[in-house]
Amino acid sequence: MPTETSAIETMANKEYKWGFVTDLESDTLPPGLNEDTVRAISALKNEPSFLTEWRLKAFRHWQTMTEPHWPNVKFAPIDYQAVSYYSAPKKKKTLASLDEVDPELLKTYEKLGVPLHEQKIFAGVAVDAVFDSVSVATTFKEKLAEMGIIFCSFSEAVQKHPELIKKYLGSVVPYSDNFFATLNSAVFSDGSFCYVPKGVQCPMELSTYFRINERNTGQFERTLIIADEGASVSYLEGCTAPMRDENQLHAAVVELVALGDARIKYSTVQNWYPGDKDGKGGIYNFVTKRGKCLGDNSRISWTQVETGSAITWKYPSVILQGDNSVGEFYSVALTNHRQQADTGTKMIHIGRNTRSTIVSKGISAGFGQNTYRGLVKILKHATGARNYTQCDSMLIGDKCGAHTFPYIEVRNTSARAEHEASTSKIGEDQLFYCKQRGISLEDAVNMIINGFCKEVFKELPMEFAVEAQKLLGVSLEGSVG
Amino acid sequence: MALLEVDNLSARVQGRDILKGINLTINPGEVHAIMGPNGSGKSTLASVLAGRDNYEVTGGSVQFNGKDILEMSPDERACEGLFLAFQYPVEIPGVSTSYFLKAAVNAIRKYRGEPELDAMDFLKLIKEKMKLLEMDQSFMNRSINEGFSGGEKKRNEIFQMTVLDPKLCILDETDSGLDIDALKIVSQGVNALRNPTRGILVVTHYQRLLNYIVPDFVHVLRDGRIIKSGDKSLALELEAKGYGWLENAA
Ligand SMILES: Nc1ncnc2c1ncn2[C@@H]1O[C@H](COP(=O)(O)OP(=O)(O)O)[C@@H](O)[C@H]1O
Ligand SMILES: [Mg+2]
Repeated sequence: MPTETSAIETMANKEYKWGFVTDLESDTLPPGLNEDTVRAISALKNEPSFLTEWRLKAFRHWQTMTEPHWPNVKFAPIDYQAVSYYSAPKKKKTLASLDEVDPELLKTYEKLGVPLHEQKIFAGVAVDAVFDSVSVATTFKEKLAEMGIIFCSFSEAVQKHPELIKKYLGSVVPYSDNFFATLNSAVFSDGSFCYVPKGVQCPMELSTYFRINERNTGQFERTLIIADEGASVSYLEGCTAPMRDENQLHAAVVELVALGDARIKYSTVQNWYPGDKDGKGGIYNFVTKRGKCLGDNSRISWTQVETGSAITWKYPSVILQGDNSVGEFYSVALTNHRQQADTGTKMIHIGRNTRSTIVSKGISAGFGQNTYRGLVKILKHATGARNYTQCDSMLIGDKCGAHTFPYIEVRNTSARAEHEASTSKIGEDQLFYCKQRGISLEDAVNMIINGFCKEVFKELPMEFAVEAQKLLGVSLEGSVG
Repeated sequence: MALLEVDNLSARVQGRDILKGINLTINPGEVHAIMGPNGSGKSTLASVLAGRDNYEVTGGSVQFNGKDILEMSPDERACEGLFLAFQYPVEIPGVSTSYFLKAAVNAIRKYRGEPELDAMDFLKLIKEKMKLLEMDQSFMNRSINEGFSGGEKKRNEIFQMTVLDPKLCILDETDSGLDIDALKIVSQGVNALRNPTRGILVVTHYQRLLNYIVPDFVHVLRDGRIIKSGDKSLALELEAKGYGWLENAA
């Protein structure tokens, strides 16, 4: 009988299930980046001049910046001139309904299990699908429109609601924010836009599925969600990408704005291609996600399940500006094989009696490296502010690593920040206990891991929670046994 | 045919020989007790029978129901009907007792080619057993063994055993950490499982448990060997004279 340790060392090569490439003709800009590229993107998208100018400002700023590197994340330098900054499936005319979408494309989504069909819509999911850079189908828009909810591609919002874009774009993540966000500001291609008007509770989960298809294209989406006073919305984001040997860059920006008494819940299940077992290929996922609780009593929650990408670098954050506002971050990050994740959150307490909760679960298997990096900053006027942070790490095998870097800055004496952390190895005792009851090794690992992540999964919408559990299982297949 | 046939079994843990030639036959319907001082190898025997990793079998054989189980994985042995009530039950945070037990029940059913139980059937199955072991419904929703008292953990082991309905029950020091009331409840649960087809192997340090679960045979283990076997009176004799009494027999 193999010993537990040697069993854990036996890493099977789990094939990436979503690694197919769709055969579509596409409009792609030649690789390279200069002011002309930025102008070309803006022109291709027929953007108003304020936006072209904003992009150019970002581009000029980006040229003064240097690519960041982090002690626990290793990657080869990225050649930004070798990337193509715009790729769109060729289409004959503007699409009026789902029936006109390229069947190849629909087949792709079907393979991905994306709920694009009407039946799914009845299940309460409105989908804005992003294929490479252009949003190809937005479903169930009309029903939402009746309630005054705008849910469309970012490009469409630029055309139809430029005043909202002008007011809120960059209001949470300024164009000068960081290297990747600045690059995104210059070259972003498309993404999702959502506006929920005053007092409206969005009746369904809104969802975007992202997919990187074209070879050598970076994907730079931009998502902007605004919940006006007393409004609420729950938004789901899911990602996959085909399997390729070269690395692909994904540098997205997500901005959330919650006005007084508004609530935004943003959930992500990310399984971009992680690279093969030796670390070849895979997505570089360098994403800036930030929400602003602008009004009093507002609430923003981030829930993420990150199982994919070769490298993940993201810190969904909340700026707690309104009094009594609440920020939450629930995260599961799994790294297997050669994957690296550096993720966490920032909670910036500005208003009085602001509260934040952070629950982070890191799982490392194979040679995976998992870092939690969090900042809780309580400013001078944030009287009565509270933070609770819990970071738990689980190791599977002995070649992986978990690292925790909690930074806490408190400038108000009445504020409280609590931090708890734990690191455990998946217990041989636990595995034997399960097996002694007849449960197979693989099921036992899944059960233990899912139990470990339970506090986070319960924050996900039901459908997503089930998907997330399956995904963890698939991502860990062969890591024990 | 014997239910369990252990023949000259030797085993090593971390390079140390712990079991040094164990012979033990359990026929259907029999209750056997293994007694012995701390460190004599009782838990090791239980672990080797259940197939725990890192316990290296260096000689002998074990037939269970006519099958050689030493080649089987622990989950296969469990599915074949071998159950071990742990001396130290393990906590699994975030996994509820009912979820865990349902997974176990269905894994075993699947192995036997029986259809899986749905939530309703499962609930029916456990309700009655919960009553027998005076388990509160609230246990079902709590993470398995997490925050359970010592006694609750042991009761939970016997509860699981009752639900899984094994052919051979191995109880490792189930009495330790139990007060007299809990001891009675647990014994009642075990006695309810006594039947002409099942075998029970009770591992204990003290005679006390055997007042409630009366064995057909008692074996004394010392330094990895069974040095004496007898009927239930042997347990009483041991209790009166202490393990030192058998020193010379070794
Ligand atoms: N996992 C282990 N690693 C090292 N030594 C062990 C292990 N398990 C048991 N032993 C040793 O084997 C001997 C028998 O232990 P055990 O079977 O637990 O005895 P008992 O249950 O009779 O008290 C003891 O000396 C103990 O230290
Ligand atoms: Mg013992």
